[in-house]
Amino acid sequence: MRAFTYKAPSSFSDAGEAGKSNFIAGGTTMIDLMKLEVMTPEQLVDINHLPMRGIEFGNEGLRIGALERMSAVAAHADVVKNYPVISEALLQSASTQIRNMASMGGNLLQRTRCGYFRDVHTPCNKREPGSGCSALDGENRMHAILGTSSSCVATHASDLAVALVALDASIRLHHGGSTRLVSLDDFYLLPGETPDKETKLKPGELITEILVPRSPWSQRSTYVKIRDRQSYEFALTSIAVALDIDGNQIKDARIAAGGVATKPWKLPRVREALIGKPLNEQTFDAAAKLAGEGAKPLKQNGFKVELLQRTVTRALMKVGGLA
Amino acid sequence: MRKRANQEDQPLSQSENGSSRREFLGRLAAISAGLTVATPLARAKQAVGKSAPKAPSKTESGLMEVSLKINGKNETLRIDPRVTLLDALRDRIQLTGTKKGCDHGQCGACTVHIDGKSALSCLTLAVMARGKEITTIEGLAKGDELHPVQEAFIACDGFQCGYCTSGQIMSAVACIQDGHIGSDTEIREFMSGNLCRCGAYPNIVDAIKMAAPKMKGGVA
Repeated sequence: MRAFTYKAPSSFSDAGEAGKSNFIAGGTTMIDLMKLEVMTPEQLVDINHLPMRGIEFGNEGLRIGALERMSAVAAHADVVKNYPVISEALLQSASTQIRNMASMGGNLLQRTRCGYFRDVHTPCNKREPGSGCSALDGENRMHAILGTSSSCVATHASDLAVALVALDASIRLHHGGSTRLVSLDDFYLLPGETPDKETKLKPGELITEILVPRSPWSQRSTYVKIRDRQSYEFALTSIAVALDIDGNQIKDARIAAGGVATKPWKLPRVREALIGKPLNEQTFDAAAKLAGEGAKPLKQNGFKVELLQRTVTRALMKVGGLA
Repeated sequence: MRKRANQEDQPLSQSENGSSRREFLGRLAAISAGLTVATPLARAKQAVGKSAPKAPSKTESGLMEVSLKINGKNETLRIDPRVTLLDALRDRIQLTGTKKGCDHGQCGACTVHIDGKSALSCLTLAVMARGKEITTIEGLAKGDELHPVQEAFIACDGFQCGYCTSGQIMSAVACIQDGHIGSDTEIREFMSGNLCRCGAYPNIVDAIKMAAPKMKGGVA
């Protein structure tokens, strides 16, 4: 690990400008990548003493302070009852220890698990712009089939982000005394020619809180994650889905996919195919066929197209009470 | 490689040669599980000022003075901010019961409790652990009296080589304390961050189930 200086401010004004510095909260991504020298900050700013905590549920919806730990949010009674998809996505992420350590803001900013990004001895446009993408013709079974470019095919690793994007969540960003609200879906950028730029976060800007609107569909929601191991593994495919049902008819839906794309991937065509339709397996199958539209499979991950469609069906059967 | 005991095996059955082997493993476990804490260890202690600052203070060499509360005892160290809690425990405080496996948060061998929750000491900077209650495997036993989970790991053969055992036991204690013992599946899910290359998983689940009722009196 390269040397760095450390400070732990207790107010936003002392957190200062970023420059060659990085913020650290839980450290589960940062320390790992610093040991690999994928990240080499000259200064670490420990943000754990900043006032960015609390989990509150009210008329407006759910507010989660960015420093709340994954395990605390997953177990929170209001989250379990009103936003089960968030709780389930968190509980299917990482391990117990990591969920106890990792912050919600840090989860949203975690870096990709692409093996080439983590290996400083191989080319990677995300780690070293312009060096090339080793995954395009390399080991790419785990990589993305949607939202890719000729520069990068790495997946976004967060399960939480998939659930939050499905629920139209926003995040509040703080910089130099002023804040702005950004929809999480817009916050994440496609890799294009600049895969090193992953979000709209400006240097020195912090995620302070996550806001999830109150909605008629969030209570009937779930997260289905398909992976090589039953636990402690990243997604091959995953689906966050929420349904608003009136009798036997689907009034509205929210749905997004993980493990298949370079950012949490909304599935608007699937959603459109559900609205106004009867709640049954035929509806779900027809909608699921629209998932993966526009997919560009690589040499080793062609299986993800059909797996994604099947994951959509399974998630819909589960959330619709038909499984 | 030794054949792993089947789940159907009685945890305490005395097979042929079982007794002597078990005695040996018992001793091994006692070492692994931190009974050596009863023996005075030469601890590398730094001069501690009477009013050690809560926030880490920088020294001229770039080292920082940090006070850590480990197993109820305050330890003040002068360390580079790069030092992880794991390295501080093992190399500075000579608490070597906590093991370094992958050093990247993937194996769980370095699991300790921070403020009562299981956490990975390899991904925790020591400077960030100041002011928190840290419990290591050495903090579980009370003198010569093993913690119920340590006893259960010995009774159920919850290990072979023993390298992952400290971390397994720390997660197992958390599993029971946090109330995730409703089923084998729930235990396995809670414990999935602790890898055991010897494959003692079924016996670890047995050990957790055996220890759980004994911890209900607020032990540990």
